[in-house]
Amino acid sequence: MSLPPPLGMLCELTHRCPMSCVYCSNPGELVRGAGELDTQSWQRVLEEAAALGVLHVHLSGGEPCARADLEQIVGQACASGLYTNLITSGLLLDAPRLERLCEAGLDHIQLSIQAASAQMAARIGGRKGAHERKLEVAQLVGQIGLPLTINAVVHRQNLSELESIIALAVELGAQRLEVAHAQYVGWALVNRAALMPTRAQLDEATEVVERARERLLGRLVIDYVVSDYHGVRPKACMGGWGRRFINVSPDGFVLPCHAAQLIDGLRFDNVQARALGEIWSEGEAFCAFRGFDWMAEPCRSCPRKEIDFGGCRCQAFLLTGDARNPDPVCELSAHHSLLAGHTCGLAIDAAPELVYRHYSRTP
Amino acid sequence: MRERLLVDESSVLHLPRYVRLGFDQLRACWLVLAPERMYVPDKIALEILKRLDGVRRIELIVDTLAKEHAAERKTIATDVLKLLQELADKGLVST
Ligand code: SF4
Ligand code: SF4
Repeated sequence: MSLPPPLGMLCELTHRCPMSCVYCSNPGELVRGAGELDTQSWQRVLEEAAALGVLHVHLSGGEPCARADLEQIVGQACASGLYTNLITSGLLLDAPRLERLCEAGLDHIQLSIQAASAQMAARIGGRKGAHERKLEVAQLVGQIGLPLTINAVVHRQNLSELESIIALAVELGAQRLEVAHAQYVGWALVNRAALMPTRAQLDEATEVVERARERLLGRLVIDYVVSDYHGVRPKACMGGWGRRFINVSPDGFVLPCHAAQLIDGLRFDNVQARALGEIWSEGEAFCAFRGFDWMAEPCRSCPRKEIDFGGCRCQAFLLTGDARNPDPVCELSAHHSLLAGHTCGLAIDAAPELVYRHYSRTP
Repeated sequence: MRERLLVDESSVLHLPRYVRLGFDQLRACWLVLAPERMYVPDKIALEILKRLDGVRRIELIVDTLAKEHAAERKTIATDVLKLLQELADKGLVST
């Protein structure tokens, strides 16, 4: 059976970022500026991706606007025919730069907010004044005529502001709002005890989203990514390992998922040493959990494996120590009861100290 | 603030700049690309999408389709309006 081409590619252009969000999914060991791929390498990767069949490219980070060559990278992505999305905190954008990006062919902007109130946003993002700046940038995006998605990662600390976050997205003229519960990798894992929502919060959030979807039909599309720690069936992480997505790290490693490097013992190829197409079809990391052959029981003989592919490999590794285990979110997993240890008995006002994303001291 | 776009036969619609309809050589099919979304339109949807030129009213598109398919106009109109309203609610067509 021939391998279908990938649909999307996420380029983490840099790990540099003016924010220090406590829920950031970047790895603990951040790549420094000097280790980043240069302009030509990113341009080559984008060309190779388009030839391989990638449709959407997401330019992300860190903060992608921290790269002075972002316009050139966007230009290449668009020239290669890729649908180009910029995922940004907005802090380094102003009207002239937005216009240059628009001219370079940018298709869409996804702007993150950390909360609805400036105070909460500063507490989560670790930067005072950032929220106010983001609101200005959202206006600029509208004036230039680029479509806007507002993205808000939600968790125990800011869920009380969900209604206001939705209202803010409407006010800012966004086409879409993405409400995503924190995924517990990277810095979110470090802060898991402070971020994990209570069951009651989670149920309320789901209701709030459903009501808003009805009320705002045709005015705001709301995408909702649930918190799976409270669930009983895992989600099809990345639409299945090595089936749809490619993630490229700032230093050029090609990953089946942005968190994949946390899995011990997996070897990743680098775009500086191997062609993207070859990495996609033959790379060790991509082949490791592609398809169904790697599965053990209960996944191997489970009919749902075609739907969820056994869930998230990174979560299986983090929580059970073996990436071949079913995602412990699944109630058929022998490790499922582990999750209760993280989700039960939480108090909304219990506030373990937050650890802000930062570079490690030893370079 | 945005208002909901209600589609009727007098609407004149087009695909906004951020929605791309194109033939994918590699996959040998037509695709609609939008922010974070990819759709594979079926035959009828494709015929409709291709005719959204920002000039013709929907009633004209319905007339054409009814003629071409030798179908009852009322049925075609219902189907077309239903599809376009769904697309409008997803932000995939605009006036
Ligand atoms: S989550 Fe926050 S800290 Fe992490 S890259 Fe995004 S804006 Fe920067
Ligand atoms: S046993 Fe495996 S395949 Fe079946 S539902 Fe659970 S995680 Fe999915």
